[in-house]
Amino acid sequence: MKLKPVLAGLALALGLAGVAAAADKTKVGFIFVGPIGDGGWTHEHNVARLAVEEKFGDAVETIYQESVPEGADAERVLTQMALSGADLIFSTSFGFMDPTMNVAAKFPDVKFEHATGYKRADNVGTYSARFYEGRAIQGLIAGRMTQTNVVGYIASFPIPEVIRGINSAFIHARKANPDVQFKVIWAYTWFDPAKEADAAAALIEQGADVILQHTDSTAPQAAAEKAGNVITFGQASDMIEYAPRPRVSSIIDNWTPYYIDRVQAVMDGTWTSDDTWHGIREGMVKIGEITDAVPADVKQAALALKDSIASGDYHPFTGPLNKQDGTPWLTEGETADDGTLLGMNFFVEGLAAEIPQ
Amino acid sequence: MIWLEKRAAPSRFWTVVTPLLAVALTMLAGGVLFAALGKDPVAAIRTIFWDPLFNAQFASYSRPQLLVKAGPLILIATGLALGFRAGVWNIGAEGQYIVGALCGAGVGLAFYPLEAWYVFPLMVLAGGLGGWAWAMIPALLKTRFRTNEILVSLLLVYVAEQFLASMSLGLMRNPEGGGFPGSRNLQQYPSAANPELISGTGLHWGVVVAFVALIMAYILLHRHILGFQIRLAGQSPRAARFAGVNANRLVVFCLGVSGALAGLAGLFEVSGPAGQVNIDFNQGYGFTAIIVAFLGRLHPVGILFAGLLMALTYIGGELAQFMLQIPAAAIQAFQGMLLFFLLGVDVLTNYRVRIGIRETA
Repeated sequence: MKLKPVLAGLALALGLAGVAAAADKTKVGFIFVGPIGDGGWTHEHNVARLAVEEKFGDAVETIYQESVPEGADAERVLTQMALSGADLIFSTSFGFMDPTMNVAAKFPDVKFEHATGYKRADNVGTYSARFYEGRAIQGLIAGRMTQTNVVGYIASFPIPEVIRGINSAFIHARKANPDVQFKVIWAYTWFDPAKEADAAAALIEQGADVILQHTDSTAPQAAAEKAGNVITFGQASDMIEYAPRPRVSSIIDNWTPYYIDRVQAVMDGTWTSDDTWHGIREGMVKIGEITDAVPADVKQAALALKDSIASGDYHPFTGPLNKQDGTPWLTEGETADDGTLLGMNFFVEGLAAEIPQ
Repeated sequence: MIWLEKRAAPSRFWTVVTPLLAVALTMLAGGVLFAALGKDPVAAIRTIFWDPLFNAQFASYSRPQLLVKAGPLILIATGLALGFRAGVWNIGAEGQYIVGALCGAGVGLAFYPLEAWYVFPLMVLAGGLGGWAWAMIPALLKTRFRTNEILVSLLLVYVAEQFLASMSLGLMRNPEGGGFPGSRNLQQYPSAANPELISGTGLHWGVVVAFVALIMAYILLHRHILGFQIRLAGQSPRAARFAGVNANRLVVFCLGVSGALAGLAGLFEVSGPAGQVNIDFNQGYGFTAIIVAFLGRLHPVGILFAGLLMALTYIGGELAQFMLQIPAAAIQAFQGMLLFFLLGVDVLTNYRVRIGIRETA
């Protein structure tokens, strides 16, 4: 084994790759935390990748790697992608944050786009979607539809992103139905069909007749279908194959416009690092078709809520709201600022669940 | 007619040749698999086995990565092999790896932000002890209550994973991490970091310790009475009893050593390549090391090569995924074939293939 200083090797390889890439196509890399066939989160990122290929045709080449573990392996995959001559790399999971920062420091000429993170650099931008806006609509439908007044929630990890979704759904479920209770199960995974199915079954056994999920597989949908009188919502992807029941609507992540925009910016040489947080208004969050299993008046209320969020008339976190322990958070008419939302680590008043510490 | 005839003793020739044969068969069957997926099989095999070592674009980076990936595999497999030779089946190295990492990182985090030379040695000690202690649970249950160490050690992996999640979200969470799970990054805390020792080689303390462990295991097995007892207990438990081997002591020793080595591997990983305690910290090294141990014939020299080969299939597999768009699942199937063929051709070591008319005795 040659003891060549790694940085010299990297710089050399980068130089060569840079020359090669400049000569022809723009190379865009994607690293995915799950398999592209997960039917949820990774699936939608891959749909946007294909849309980039479609849009730019021969001017672009995309490469991707699926099921990359978060940690040391991600760092190696990112490095190898950069070495292979990628000009822009989308790193599509929160856990890729530190690896992305480390690799970006070694490859100043490669642009990185990190989903859902908060660390940025001159060549690292971040982006995420305001999924909580979609959660508000789910909460409303859940609150109106439940017969047992028990809504089950399959949560992934107790991080701000997930906590925000639970709060938003709960606030709007309570508004629609003051008697509703949420039961939350922490699955500690983004994608594990077996665990998700177990969680769904446990929630149904505890009386839940609505299941919300913040995990990516369709296993909870299948479990609900088996149970019969339970409704669900598609997560990240439409999951339309379970419509009209149990899936009555969905939150769809739509990364396509953003990815095309960023690839174009790299081609034009206008790319700069920034932080993007788009919602229903910009089309990054879409609400999947509300099926006929939902009564017409509920559907109408849900669509009205969606329109008011899209137009900016209504913010899902509008006071009066207290934190779970009863301390005041937002006063009448006050809306939450993005900083608090991004670091959200508390439940709102009325939620009977606990955030694991 | 073809039949198998049991050999009086395992063939030395086939013991050495079968791993190579298994690799060759894996390449063949893998090639067929890749061809069926519509990929060029020759390019795929070349990307997996050749490019990480010799491709001008990647090799300067991926060669050192081989050591980073092989280090923990070799370290864990060395310990496991001792037990497997004695018929002590520690399947829970993954759990000991996690607990070692938690104990070691816990010591490091407790000292933060103190900079002192003794922080890292103390972490190493805690890592080894943590893995050892986790392995003592199945050891004591087996020696006291004759429980099955396979089940107990395996199930303790899941307990360790819960501890890991709890620590990442609670006690060890980075107070400056904005509420996100995961500890402080130990790579950014010099006294607790396990850095690359020589730039560009991938060599870190974990790799050094892995080599030392291999040499110690070799000496133990071939030059020490305890090594003789281990081999005897594995080959003939009855003979071992008559020879005065204390079976309980052997169980405690084998589980203890393999647990401690797995714990050390976890500590070196968490303070080095991984950097932080996080929910997804463990990536299956403890399970893959079982394959490495058998692929290496439970022999220290074999384990060295098997660890490097396994690392090569990981790194080459990643390259094949994004260079040739081969699905991740196909790469995993490819790695699985390796163990499958190894166990399959093992039959040649213990049996002779006979062709012709079977004589009746």
